[in-house]
Amino acid sequence: MDIKAYIALALTLFTIGVIGVLVRRNAIIIFMCVELMLNAVNLLLVGFSKMHAISPAAKALPTYASDAQIFVFFIMVVAAAEVSVGLAIIVMMYRNTHSVDVNFLNRLKN
Amino acid sequence: MTNIFKLIWLIPILPLIGFMLNGLGRKAFSKGVSGFIGTGVVLASFVISLFVFLDVKNGNAHTVHYFDFLHLTAYKIGFDFKIDQLSSLFLLIITGVGFLIHLYSTAYMHEEDSKDFAKYFSYLNLFVFSMLLLVMGGNFVIMFIGWEGVGLCSYLLIGYWFKNNDYTNAAKKAFIMNRIGDLGFLLAVFWLLAKLGTVSYDEVFSAASLAKLSATDITGITLLLFVGATGKSAQIPLYTWLPDAMAGPTPVSALIHAATMVTAGIYMIARSNVLFSMAEHTQTIITIVGLATALFAASIAIKQNDIKKVLAYSTVSQLGFMFIALGTGNYVAAVFHVLTHAFFKALMFLGSGSVIHAMGGEQDIRRMGGLHKHMKITSITFFIGCLAIAGIPGLSGFFSKDEILAGAYGHSKLIYSLTLFAALLTAFYMFRLYIITFTGKFRGTTVQEHHLHESPWAMTVPLIILAILSVIGGYVGVPESLGGHHELAAFLGPVVKSAQHHLNHNTEYILMALSTGLVLLSILFAWTRFKNYKVEAESTGFGRILQNKWYVDEIYNAVILNPLKGLSNFFSNVIEKKGIDGVVNGAGKAVNYGSRQLRWLQSGQVGAYILLMVIGILCLFIVQLFFNN
Repeated sequence: MDIKAYIALALTLFTIGVIGVLVRRNAIIIFMCVELMLNAVNLLLVGFSKMHAISPAAKALPTYASDAQIFVFFIMVVAAAEVSVGLAIIVMMYRNTHSVDVNFLNRLKN
Repeated sequence: MTNIFKLIWLIPILPLIGFMLNGLGRKAFSKGVSGFIGTGVVLASFVISLFVFLDVKNGNAHTVHYFDFLHLTAYKIGFDFKIDQLSSLFLLIITGVGFLIHLYSTAYMHEEDSKDFAKYFSYLNLFVFSMLLLVMGGNFVIMFIGWEGVGLCSYLLIGYWFKNNDYTNAAKKAFIMNRIGDLGFLLAVFWLLAKLGTVSYDEVFSAASLAKLSATDITGITLLLFVGATGKSAQIPLYTWLPDAMAGPTPVSALIHAATMVTAGIYMIARSNVLFSMAEHTQTIITIVGLATALFAASIAIKQNDIKKVLAYSTVSQLGFMFIALGTGNYVAAVFHVLTHAFFKALMFLGSGSVIHAMGGEQDIRRMGGLHKHMKITSITFFIGCLAIAGIPGLSGFFSKDEILAGAYGHSKLIYSLTLFAALLTAFYMFRLYIITFTGKFRGTTVQEHHLHESPWAMTVPLIILAILSVIGGYVGVPESLGGHHELAAFLGPVVKSAQHHLNHNTEYILMALSTGLVLLSILFAWTRFKNYKVEAESTGFGRILQNKWYVDEIYNAVILNPLKGLSNFFSNVIEKKGIDGVVNGAGKAVNYGSRQLRWLQSGQVGAYILLMVIGILCLFIVQLFFNN
């Protein structure tokens, strides 16, 4: 498949993620959007790695094709850890404010 | 080298020790102790100077090298003392007259606290030390150290009563005026170093006589040296500090006017006579300045009512005479006049001190009068001083002044007649002072009249000694026409080469008779005018101009001081406050204001932060895309 399709998909997902973070106030949704951006980048990483693996220039170094895919797994593992921390923060936030609206947390203003 | 020459370092060191002792022990010493130390060290210096003088008289002149004062790759400036005929004579004047003034001060300053008393004597000793260093130095640099030293000491002593604002201003004026002159001196020394690489007298003068200096160099150097001399020796245009220097205690005025300080300029030019004889233009300028000063100051002295101010302007005028002598190449006459002037001017200053002492601090002659019957010794000695300065035959002033006049006559008849006129003015104002102060009726308050008394012996003895010297001091220089041999000229001959104007004896007799006759007339005129002196109304017209000293201080204020003050005010109020402070405070204010405004960006809204972050990232992308090729 053409790499452009992957790029387009990743770009779309990333843009959705950015817009979601910017416009939504629900912390959980924002969190999900952050994950969406993260995975858009993952997708791009895998896509480019595949592209380079089949290109003539990379034939001399065949192992490059799997490097990025392994790297993506690492990212997912770290992201999972991050999710657990992030969710814990959201739980704590809910306990304190009885809301998950990030706009309540504006004590640092001015 | 004879034995006494091994001791010459003691001459300046002794007053320095006196200065140290009195300065450090001022809280511990009683008045008697500090007076004894201060006077004793100068007396000891005088005794050594006397032996040195006798030795030099036998033909032993030496330059003694002690150590290298400065040792650079190109130059080597030694700490040398040059003891020859000229400096040994000045040593005698400084330590001798200086001793009498010290002795006098022990009585005059007796009302001061013992701490101030010791301070006074330590300054006085430092003054003598500086002056000795000035005349003993074997090169221009050592002379400059002493030169600066006397400037400093005059500042300290004029501002001795430093709690009075006017007095400290007078002290500052003296210091600053001197600094202007010192700059000229310093530049001359630099010029010499640059051209010859040496400042030692012997080397400079021998180089100059071997024509190693171009005419321009010599004219420039001598002119700059002369600028230095105008500062120290109070000539136009830098003389205004000397009358103001009256702010100091009276013995200090005597010291400045007679023994030290003002003679420094004369000494320096007489010392450098080899250079000055080669610089015709400089000599012309010196003559003109001397003549102008002599007339100018004498005219001011006629109208002054402060006893010390009259004497101060008289000093300025007499210094003018000395400069006329220097300018006409008559160096011996200048040194001779320094010698005789030291006697009679010290005498008159100390006499005026005695009068002020008796009057309880009053200095205005309009409130004196008839003092003769209350203080005979002071009056008689003062009268002798007046006779001497007026140039009555037989007294010291006659011989020295006559020699200056004869030299001026040999030079040009115009200079002669103007100098003679200044001499007549001298006689007139001195006798005006004497007649108003010592004769007639007392015009002060009755309290003052009861207080009138003759001064104690420590004040009258110096007066008597100085009066005797004022009478006989002239006989070291009796001219050949009067059957003398002029011992002074013969003595100074090896060092000071005067241009000889051989007038025939008949001309000299005529000149002497002329000046004596006119001086007597002038005295007579003063007598008729002031014998029934009453306090005059404010003078008008020309007299008013003279009373206000030709408005020189006012002119200096308007032309130099006020523009300078305006400029510094402009710098302090506009440049400093608006400019520099504006930039510094402006930077602070800008940051303050900017951060106050930027504060509102921190809204606390997470969404807003992220939006800004996204915008930032986009900006970076744009930069990356378009500008990073």
